[in-house]
Amino acid sequence: MLDKSIKDTYELVIGLEVHAQLLTKSKMYTSDSTEYGNLPNTHISVITLGHPGTLPKVNKRAVEYAVKMGIACNSEITRRNIFARKNYFYPDLPKGYQITQDKGPICVGGVVPITLPDGTEKEVALTRIHMEEDAGKSMHLAGEVDTLVDFNRAGVPLIEIVSEPDMRSSEEAYAYLVEIKKLVRYLDICDGNMEEGSLRCDANISVRKRGESAYGKKVEVKNMNSFRNVARAIEHEFERQVLLAEAGVEIVSETRTFDATTGTTASMRTKEDLNDYRYFPEPDLSPVVISEEWLQSVRESMPPLPRFLYQKFMQTYQLPAYDAGVLTESKEIALYFEALCTHTQAYKGASNMVMGPVKSYLNELTLSIADFPIPVENLAKLVDLADTGKVSASVATQRLFPTMLARPEVDPLALAQELNLIQESDTASILPIVEEVVAAFPDKVAAYKGGKKGLLGMFMGEVMKRSKGKADPKVATQLLTEQLEK
Amino acid sequence: MERLLQEDAIIIGRLNCDEFGMGSSNENSVHGKVLNAADESRVPGGSSGGSAVAVQANLCTVSLGTDTGGSVRQPAAFTGIVGIKPTYSRVSRWGLIAYASSFDTIGIFSREVSDNALVMEIIAGHDKQDSTASRKMVPAYSTLLHFEKRARVAYLKESIDSPALQPEIKENTLQVLEKLKAEGHTVEEVQFPLLKYVLPTYYILTTAEASSNLSRFDGVKYGYRSPHAHNLESMYKLTRSEGFGEEVKRRIMLGTFVLSASYYDAYFTKAQKVRKLIRDFTEDLLNKYDYIVLPTTPSTAFKFGEHSGDPVAMYLEDLFTVPASVSGVPAISIPNGKDAQGLPIGLQIMANAFKEAELYAFAAYVLKLNP
Repeated sequence: MLDKSIKDTYELVIGLEVHAQLLTKSKMYTSDSTEYGNLPNTHISVITLGHPGTLPKVNKRAVEYAVKMGIACNSEITRRNIFARKNYFYPDLPKGYQITQDKGPICVGGVVPITLPDGTEKEVALTRIHMEEDAGKSMHLAGEVDTLVDFNRAGVPLIEIVSEPDMRSSEEAYAYLVEIKKLVRYLDICDGNMEEGSLRCDANISVRKRGESAYGKKVEVKNMNSFRNVARAIEHEFERQVLLAEAGVEIVSETRTFDATTGTTASMRTKEDLNDYRYFPEPDLSPVVISEEWLQSVRESMPPLPRFLYQKFMQTYQLPAYDAGVLTESKEIALYFEALCTHTQAYKGASNMVMGPVKSYLNELTLSIADFPIPVENLAKLVDLADTGKVSASVATQRLFPTMLARPEVDPLALAQELNLIQESDTASILPIVEEVVAAFPDKVAAYKGGKKGLLGMFMGEVMKRSKGKADPKVATQLLTEQLEK
Repeated sequence: MERLLQEDAIIIGRLNCDEFGMGSSNENSVHGKVLNAADESRVPGGSSGGSAVAVQANLCTVSLGTDTGGSVRQPAAFTGIVGIKPTYSRVSRWGLIAYASSFDTIGIFSREVSDNALVMEIIAGHDKQDSTASRKMVPAYSTLLHFEKRARVAYLKESIDSPALQPEIKENTLQVLEKLKAEGHTVEEVQFPLLKYVLPTYYILTTAEASSNLSRFDGVKYGYRSPHAHNLESMYKLTRSEGFGEEVKRRIMLGTFVLSASYYDAYFTKAQKVRKLIRDFTEDLLNKYDYIVLPTTPSTAFKFGEHSGDPVAMYLEDLFTVPASVSGVPAISIPNGKDAQGLPIGLQIMANAFKEAELYAFAAYVLKLNP
């Protein structure tokens, strides 16, 4: 094991390459369907299979999605896009080359702001975002000697988002991935599912002595199928590379694969036997020119972005950063919360309602917010009931909310009255209960007066029980303290 | 083909050519070589030799071929017929097996210029399957064959003075130029100093594209797969070594070499720049002159086996056809008499991009002037 004080003398440098599969209906260069999970080789035209004499044509929607991501990251959008061929042989690559972009990617530069768990904000710069096509899938079935290839995925549009080597810890890398996933989902351009491979990440990792300006030799790690595994792989590489550096062994530029069961990486190939991809401009596609009108129409179709909503929730609604973060995790929830806030001014109460009961209900039944039964107006009324003290917060979430799920159209106030749940906050009705409780436990009162102030909770519980949960806790606490201190 | 069928064209068969359009003599075909009907000991030219001889021997009125560096014009010259390479992107490449995508065109062989023009006006035009195909309007070429203006004609000094040029070809070419002058057209000698760079540029860029275009023939999805393979790597190596012919393998290797990281800038990048220079120079010239006239080939049809031991000598056969290919402009080869052995001579006329109508009209005019 590596001594922490030694490790601390090194700095970790990380750049990430994220592939996002775009949610277009058809493939990047043909009209074949991109639908996932169909029988192998059912979405394969002669173009997908690269038959002689066929030619690609660019999917405009995919271009638009790439532009959206670029706008979201503040990248510069390349107006005249040319494609390039990346040449290599592999059975799942039908043409023997991948049509991608080399010089002149569709988005140049840009920035992704991230928030770390401790609240620190940081900006990760992007190098580029470019468009390309996916390869097919090689399959090795049990009992089958030959490798089988499914070309359904071949030609599915991808964007590759390449960051600068700006991240310095696995937490930063994790936060960056969270942000990328959030962005592509807000933009509706990728479902962001890393386990299913619609979001894939390769990490370029190096170490250097603190204070040094030159980067160390970078190692590329592949095959991490979750954000957590990206973080684990980075941690492992950090240790491994520092140990090598400390032992005076030169780190080689190589590609390594991550093994999730052991949490370690192993060499796949070194730089020397790296493929020479022989990129050159794709002569089969005419350049795709993005006109000012087109760019403008994409700009106008942009949804509000998570950062914008995050700031807005903190500023306009005065929510804590934590709430703003949770509420903006998904666009649907964020927009629902916005809608809720048009019907109530009790923003913090609304936030608690959405973060608590609403989200756990959706999670439990794996529903999306679109399927949530209670109309937003009624939920706002419930928030207001709790906020004005008509019902207690716990009654609102534990009694009224579940009942409303079953009877979503009923007005919550009527429901609270019907169930006799209106909170009693006038001293006149609570005082008798408090007196009753104080009288019922003379020894505990003595103990309290003797200094066991912790007993207040017990008295409160008793008051709540006897009032059937309707006593306003604030009022009850005040009355109880007065009675006990007498 | 679909457009021709829609016009009730009668398709009677498929014709032989060099493998993947790579060759100038038709000796690189797996189906055997096509013989020149003018002299069966001689090549018909290539790559589209079968298409040329089919028209030469009166098997059909018109045939199609592909012209990447002269594969329609050179065989047309060797067989004494008319052959056009249109402007790059004038005819869709959908369905054409790619050799070098940024050079490949579909050309037409015929005896008469009018037949040729009629077919061109049907097959040319945009195609949604080929994003590189031009959207420019297609004129009715066959109705625009009347020529009566005074033309400005340039001829290339380097082609006329070329030591490789067969004397009878030089003589016949100069005769045509004299006749044009006599008819009151402007005929001027111009220099084309880049001519010596045209062939290297062409071979670097076309082989680079070919090496990539032919990667798909890997034995995985279709076509030949070596029965001797025992793992993935040997499948690739054996399939491609056994499946491709010698000339194709030579060009794949050359193309892979010029694209490889260590030589990329020295060859591929430089060739791209030179291509641009050649294109700009040609366009400039064709803005000053209506036509450039030069021989189609340095020699008439050679004997089988004459160049097969020397690929460079074979490549030199394309010297005069390649400039139009590198520039992307249209060029037509028309018959221009015969040499002492009775072998056909071709005359090539180049025009500016998308000037096919003017090219056809002038070609018909020169043929009338020089029957």
